[in-house]
Amino acid sequence: MHRLTVEARVTLLDALRDRLALTGAKKGCDRGECGACTVLVDGRRVKSCMTLAVMEDGRRITTVEGLTRGDRLHAVQEAFIRRDAFQCGFCTSGQIMSAVACIDEGRTGSDDEIREWISGNLCRCGCYPNIVDAVRDGARNAPGGGAGEAGR
Amino acid sequence: MKLFDYARTARASEAVELVAARPGGAFIAGGTELTNLMKDGVLAPDLVVDVNSLPLDHITLRNGRLSIGATARMRDVAEHPVVREHFPVVSEALLASASPQVRGRASVGGNLMQRTRCWYYRDPGSPCNRREPGSGCPALKGQNRWHAILGGSDHCIAVHPSDLAVALAALDAVVLTLGPDGRRSLPLRDLHLLPGGTPHRETGLRHGEMITGVEIPQSPLARHSRYLKVRDRASFEFAVVSVAAALTLKGRVVSDVRLAFGGIAPKPWRSPKAEQALRNRPLTEVTIAMAGRALVKDATPREHNAFKVDLVQRALADILETLGGKR
Ligand SMILES: Cc1cc2nc3c(=O)[nH]c(=O)nc-3n(C[C@H](O)[C@H](O)[C@H](O)COP(=O)(O)OP(=O)(O)OC[C@H]3O[C@@H](n4cnc5c(N)ncnc54)[C@H](O)[C@@H]3O)c2cc1C
Ligand code: FES
Ligand code: FES
Repeated sequence: MHRLTVEARVTLLDALRDRLALTGAKKGCDRGECGACTVLVDGRRVKSCMTLAVMEDGRRITTVEGLTRGDRLHAVQEAFIRRDAFQCGFCTSGQIMSAVACIDEGRTGSDDEIREWISGNLCRCGCYPNIVDAVRDGARNAPGGGAGEAGR
Repeated sequence: MKLFDYARTARASEAVELVAARPGGAFIAGGTELTNLMKDGVLAPDLVVDVNSLPLDHITLRNGRLSIGATARMRDVAEHPVVREHFPVVSEALLASASPQVRGRASVGGNLMQRTRCWYYRDPGSPCNRREPGSGCPALKGQNRWHAILGGSDHCIAVHPSDLAVALAALDAVVLTLGPDGRRSLPLRDLHLLPGGTPHRETGLRHGEMITGVEIPQSPLARHSRYLKVRDRASFEFAVVSVAAALTLKGRVVSDVRLAFGGIAPKPWRSPKAEQALRNRPLTEVTIAMAGRALVKDATPREHNAFKVDLVQRALADILETLGGKR
């Protein structure tokens, strides 16, 4: 739980990064177009650049920092490493948060379905094939292991 | 973003009073549009009233009408079993919109009230009659690939980007509102205004008037409906052109049909003449082609968007053949 006083114009993304030093969520476009800022709000994936922090008062926010259990990475994080699903890594935390929700939503039945349901996350380095592999692996290794289990 | 006051209430009447009392007031629901417009400096409200605590997120079918609350999320409407079964065009239009993250957040009311994606409108450094009356419209002679071929004027040729609005237009939906003067309802087709000489008047709503929900009549037509969206990439992109179609057949003869089009006009575009070309006629290549020609008869293509004249006719043929069981 964090208690913060912010101006109404501060987005959730800026509050996380600048006020709470949770820099896992990245600022790519700041316009909802890239997905780098994806976090979970009460278990649902949200682009944190497009919501005001004041609107999230009292809600449970999960950033990529909250996915690990102690030293143990989340199955989706493991899968991204094993599948080498990044190059520069800028999009990765957003991809992972989106993947966790995508698995939770049950949208990983086929590679085409995965592609459609993570299409809100762009990768400038073009690592899409490996990202799809990682999401598929993550879904297998974390059945139902999405948002519900994630940390704060 | 400029500084602004923020208020949240669980009473619709209070939300309306708050916004109505401030000329610079605005509602916020999902925030997926308003925050972008504020960052770009297109809008600068001095008061933002959060409507997310209002009890307006219902999705219910009663007495032959589907009622959807204004704060229902795009995702929840799209995935609702009743919507999928009885109003497939609505579900398909929503699932073809934006991204899962946006759909999980964005509301039905905010979706209908979203502004054009015209790049001149979105860039306060450019003139734009819609944003700044009288400043001019660079799209008329500029980069107009995304712009309207029907319904535009010498003052503005921006298109409305909502997929949901196109689906709702095809199904003769009604918009319910609560304003400073009380409740009223208006046909969805009267919500968005054609630009004419006053493109800055974008909707039929008054300041402080809030959308509380939409209603769609249940019918065999609605049940037999589809949405086809043509875009520059496979997913997560606005429509270049789109078609919402609802069709019932008696044998091969069209007993009734509703068509609405996106990406070609400043508002969801209905074409009574295209519908007429099909109604009570057999659904054949010939009648489908006649409907397409009727649709684009008065089109005013521009330098970069003339391709839409053909594209929208092909999209129409495609969806009618699918609905008619030929594919
Ligand atoms: C990257 C991206 C891609 C997108 N792609 C698509 C797409 O393919 N198809 C598509 O249709 N849309 C698309 N959108 C637009 C998206 O659907 C809208 O941003 C969203 O529906 C707006 O809903 P909201 O609740 O977030 O609105 P807000 O941002 O909360 O509000 C939007 C506007 O509506 C007003 N408003 C909100 N609620 C009400 C109400 N109840 N009554 C009256 N006024 C109200 C606000 O004052 C504001 O002016 C995209 C958006 C993004 C960011
Ligand atoms: S930074 Fe939020 S979507 Fe790009
Ligand atoms: S790894 Fe570089 S943007 Fe995706």
